[in-house]
Amino acid sequence: MKILVCISHVPDTTAKIQFTSDARALDANGVQFVINPYDEFGLTRALQLNEQLGGTVTAVTVGDASVEPTLRKALAIGAHDAVRVDALPSDPLQVARELASVVSEGAYELVICGQESIDYNGGIVPSALAEILGWPVVTPCIGFDPAGGRAKASREIDGGKEVLDIALPAVLGAKKGLVEESELRIPNMRGIMAARTKPLVVKAPTGATAGSAPVSFSKPAGKSAVQMIDAQNLDALVKKLHEEAKVI
Amino acid sequence: MVLVFAETWNGQFKKSTFEAVQYAAACANAQGSQAVAVVVGPATAPVESLGAYGAHKVLHLHGPEKFETAQHAALLGDAAKELNASMIVISGTANGRALMGAVAVRAEASVISNVTALPESFGPVRVVRGAFSSKGIEVCESSSARTVIGLVPNALGVKDSAGSDAAFEDRNVSAASRATVVEQQLASGTIALPEAERVVSAGRGMKAPENWGMIEELAQVLGAATACSKPVSDIGWRPHREHVGQTGIQVNPQLYIAIGISGAIQHLAGVSSSKTIVVINSDPEAPFFKAADYGIVGDAFDIVPRLTAALKAHLN
Ligand SMILES: Cc1cc2nc3c(=O)[nH]c(=O)nc-3n(C[C@H](O)[C@H](O)[C@H](O)COP(=O)(O)OP(=O)(O)OC[C@H]3O[C@@H](n4cnc5c(N)ncnc54)[C@H](O)[C@@H]3O)c2cc1C
Ligand SMILES: Nc1ncnc2c1ncn2[C@@H]1O[C@H](COP(=O)(O)O)[C@@H](O)[C@H]1O
Repeated sequence: MKILVCISHVPDTTAKIQFTSDARALDANGVQFVINPYDEFGLTRALQLNEQLGGTVTAVTVGDASVEPTLRKALAIGAHDAVRVDALPSDPLQVARELASVVSEGAYELVICGQESIDYNGGIVPSALAEILGWPVVTPCIGFDPAGGRAKASREIDGGKEVLDIALPAVLGAKKGLVEESELRIPNMRGIMAARTKPLVVKAPTGATAGSAPVSFSKPAGKSAVQMIDAQNLDALVKKLHEEAKVI
Repeated sequence: MVLVFAETWNGQFKKSTFEAVQYAAACANAQGSQAVAVVVGPATAPVESLGAYGAHKVLHLHGPEKFETAQHAALLGDAAKELNASMIVISGTANGRALMGAVAVRAEASVISNVTALPESFGPVRVVRGAFSSKGIEVCESSSARTVIGLVPNALGVKDSAGSDAAFEDRNVSAASRATVVEQQLASGTIALPEAERVVSAGRGMKAPENWGMIEELAQVLGAATACSKPVSDIGWRPHREHVGQTGIQVNPQLYIAIGISGAIQHLAGVSSSKTIVVINSDPEAPFFKAADYGIVGDAFDIVPRLTAALKAHLN
């Protein structure tokens, strides 16, 4: 199966988020960037499918040259080749359109995204990409088993899950469950060496335009100091929740 | 015209639907326009009752029996184009989140998700949204004549309703679906996390899965949903759907009670926008206390049953 894994390049989950002094962008100073955690589930599932069914796994990111270490990491984990679309991602629909052009040039049978990127938390790209392509979408996807041009895919719904029957090609929005945390692949020394010579193609963007743009960023107001309550006087907590916080 | 997706569950409107309809009505009023709610598929609740939440009209599309992303997106997107909607409001439930991107493409709209407040302006649409897993707040502006707004459930809450019945129109529709639901498994009696107003959450401090009975009892007394930290779901003590945090479900309840959870930055990222946070932890140095409104230092196995009893006494 020919699989495309869409990788978003995001601040590490431990990063303290700061904005530039004009408040217009993320201050990337000192921030470590990683493969979006949801995309790691997708990449691992793609590699497992590749071991069963053959084919190729291609990683793609829309971004400037600064995203290449993240793509190299995907190659080190096991992707066969990588594509960087040379455009600054500024809006999920712009990204989806750029990705759609990669998909249609490559005759992919499956596209795996993450259910959302933990930077701007849009959660838009998977279903937008599927709609541009006219393909089925399963998001958040917590299980995927292909058989003979079709697949059974599980999707998380509020309070449960559902199993869908779809025809391929399709787009998935990956989440934990698609593979388990313990199955996640990490780069080993051999993978890191091999990644240096695997192909990373830079593709010119189609020039898709953004439909929205950030005006400013700020940090949420911090909580006021915590009120500690004596463990022997839980009625005091109940009273505060009722009278002060008014939540019960 | 502001269009709003009126999601149903087993034929009933969800609480998040009322919130989204009120949001759409407020946007419409601010522009001297009208809110039209679109119901897709079977509804046992009377659709005109959405008028009480500010819908001017309800468009009820009959045909689809179950939710399917591509099909619902086509129906909503086409309705938005036909009615020339300037905004399309969709609540960020599991189904709503799946729809937003596809509806935007279908309706030739831009899309802003994770929205937490009413727009600051309408021409162009400029609105506040969460970014970086609640570590940041973004003001975002649409440059398109039509904008999909993805609303965070519970961001505004449902206000007392005052409106009267809405006008309604029934239509039989067909739109191609691209997936067939072959099975649904629902955890019975549980409250869906994204919409929950109260959440009782527990971490590795609970030591073993068989100790969750007291967590469930506390949740039951409060009418709360249960949640857990990531390692708890990774080791299989609790189902994945309960995992909250930066890489799990993001919650926004009135009350979040964290029991035996240390308060790692990735956990806080998904829960810190909760209005009131109570932390119960045996370690006075646990980082979670810095993000809490109320804290209790002590052994969960001693405190939780007594807290449940105290709440029961208060609520009766
Ligand atoms: C990429 C990445 C993403 C992540 N995403 C998430 C996420 O989305 N959500 C998430 O939760 N975590 C996430 N994590 C994990 C996170 O860093 C922490 O490891 C995790 O939140 C810790 O879980 P915990 O608090 O249950 O366990 P621990 O850190 O082990 O804490 C247990 C706590 O229980 C207390 N305790 C022990 N016994 C008792 C008792 N008897 N009574 C009361 N208190 C007691 C202890 O004092 C301690 O504070 C992520 C990590 C990474 C690397
Ligand atoms: N710049 C990007 N390049 C490649 N894939 C992306 C990019 N941004 C988002 N994606 C993919 O789309 C998913 C959802 O992202 P989003 O809609 O931005 O939350 C991510 O998990 C990625 O798989």
